[in-house]
Formats: sequence, structure tokens, C-alpha cells
Amino acid sequence: MEAEAAKLIGAGIACIALAGAGVGIGQIFGSYLSGALRNPAAAGGQFANLLLGFALAEATGLFGLVMAFIILFVF
Amino acid sequence: MASQADTDTGGGLAVDPMHQFEVHALVPIKLGGLDASFTNASLWMVISALVVALVLMVGSKKLVPGRLQSVGELAYEFISNLMRDVVGEKGRPFFPFIFTLFVFILACNMMGMVPYSFTVTSHIIITFAMALSVFIGVTVLGFIQHGVGYLKLFVPSGIPMVMLPLLVVIEVISYLTRPVSLSVRLFANMMAGHTMLKVFAGFVVALGVLGGWMPLAFMVAFTGLEILVAFLQAYVFAVLTCIYLNDALNMHH
Repeated sequence: MEAEAAKLIGAGIACIALAGAGVGIGQIFGSYLSGALRNPAAAGGQFANLLLGFALAEATGLFGLVMAFIILFVF
Repeated sequence: MASQADTDTGGGLAVDPMHQFEVHALVPIKLGGLDASFTNASLWMVISALVVALVLMVGSKKLVPGRLQSVGELAYEFISNLMRDVVGEKGRPFFPFIFTLFVFILACNMMGMVPYSFTVTSHIIITFAMALSVFIGVTVLGFIQHGVGYLKLFVPSGIPMVMLPLLVVIEVISYLTRPVSLSVRLFANMMAGHTMLKVFAGFVVALGVLGGWMPLAFMVAFTGLEILVAFLQAYVFAVLTCIYLNDALNMHH
């Protein structure tokens, strides 16, 4: 296999990490919603934690995307 | 890098998505063997700092605040509440540092959303320099506060002796990767977001008048998300710095 082709395939495979970020973000918002519907009075106070969890989960997936960029543009 | 990107991965796109991250010297300065040029990155850092100074300092200081003064007071209260919740009273002396860090990162991220501007925080060397200085500062502070006792941070309490050697190694590794994860989180979010916007801008051009409105509508929504992310990442950076500071100031073990 050509090195160029292997590089492109590797970058594509590295992007699978974003699937985990999708699961994580879905889990965070789903859990928040079910918790908020059970106890709407406490929901407002946890909104900052919701956004924090969203940002942390999204960033973890983006590490995979950075690996893809490194494979594409550095090597 | 740009020429290589053009030939290797341009892939028929009308625009090179990585072109926006290029650093070039505006005023070349040579100090001995070092390249200390005033680059476009330096220029946008100065602009961000000036915007912050404009919002926080210019304008009247009244008991009943005007619009500009309200923005400054909101930012102050926001970080003040955050520090009171996470660090407690012992963290008060470090408020100016966290506030400066938050406001500078926020200004850099937001200036990056202006078209044709340069996103300072999309370069890992800048975020890593900030994260490393936080890491070194917190470590030194921990040793000043607790002496050698700060090493107890690596020994979790209530663990069977058999597990201890393994857990200490894991704790040390997780402590040492803090600056890397802190910096890569900010850098990756900024770079990925701006690259994605640029790629979709290429789709708008490629699809023309008939189909171009679809990626355009997506881009409008995505720009909104990017502004949210720009704020959130500055917030996350400040929160995590506060958590590290809390570890050093109030040890739980």
C-alpha cells in the first residue's frame, strides 16, 4: 500500500473517536433531562454543570480529531 | 506546511482549511539567534488585551452601572462565585490570576470568531504555555503550603496495601498529564471548530447558488455553537485551574 493511502486511512480511523464523544454528549443531556423532569426545581442550579460536562465530553472526542490532523499534516 | 497541504490534502476543495492558522511575521525582529518577530498572533493577542481593557476600564465608575460597566461587573461576579464555590476562602489571593486567565482566553476565543481574524488559542504552543505555567505554579504552591506532605496527594486514602503501588503510579501519571489535557482541550476545540467552518464554507462555494444554501444554513447554526464553545472552553479552563488550585490549597487526604 502506498504511504499516502495509509495516511488517509489512518486519519479516517482516528476520527472514530468522535463516536465516543457523541455517546458521551447524548448521555449527559439525556441524564440531565431525565433528572430535570423528575425534579424541575433543582434543574436550574445544575445548568452550569451540564455545560461543563458537555465541554469535557466534546473535548475528549476532539483529541481523536487532533490525532487525525497530526497524521494528515505533520507526517 | 501550507504548500504540502495544498498538494496532499486539498482534495479538490476550493479553500485550504488550514491556511487560516498560518503565523507570519508582521515586523521581523531578530534577537541574537532568536526569532522574536511581531507576528499576526502577537497582533491579535494585543487586540484581545486592548478589548478587555476597553470593556473593563473605560467608562464611568458609577454606583448604578451602565452597559459597559455591567459587563465588567458580571464577569467579576461570575469568576468570584466560581472561586468561592470551588476553592473557598483560601483562594481569594489567587482571584486576579484566575480572572485574568479567564478574561484573556475568552477575549482571544471571541476575537477568533470575527471573520478574517486570527485565533490565538488555536495554536498549541500558546495554550500549552498557559497550562504549563498553571501546572508549575500550582505544584510549587502545594509544596510551599504542605511541604513534603503534598506528596500525600498521590496516595489515595482507604485503599488496601496491595493496590497501593499501582494506584500511586496511576495518580502520578494523571497528575503529570494535567498540563497536556488542559492545553490540548482548548487548542483542539478552537482548531477543530474553525477548520470545520472553513470546510463547510468550501462546500457553499462548490455547490453554488442552487445547493449552497444548505451548508450555509448549517454554518449559521454552527457559528452559534462555536460562540458557545468559545465561552465554554474559557470557562472550563478557569474551572479546572480552580480545581487544581483547590488540590494544592485544601488537601483532603
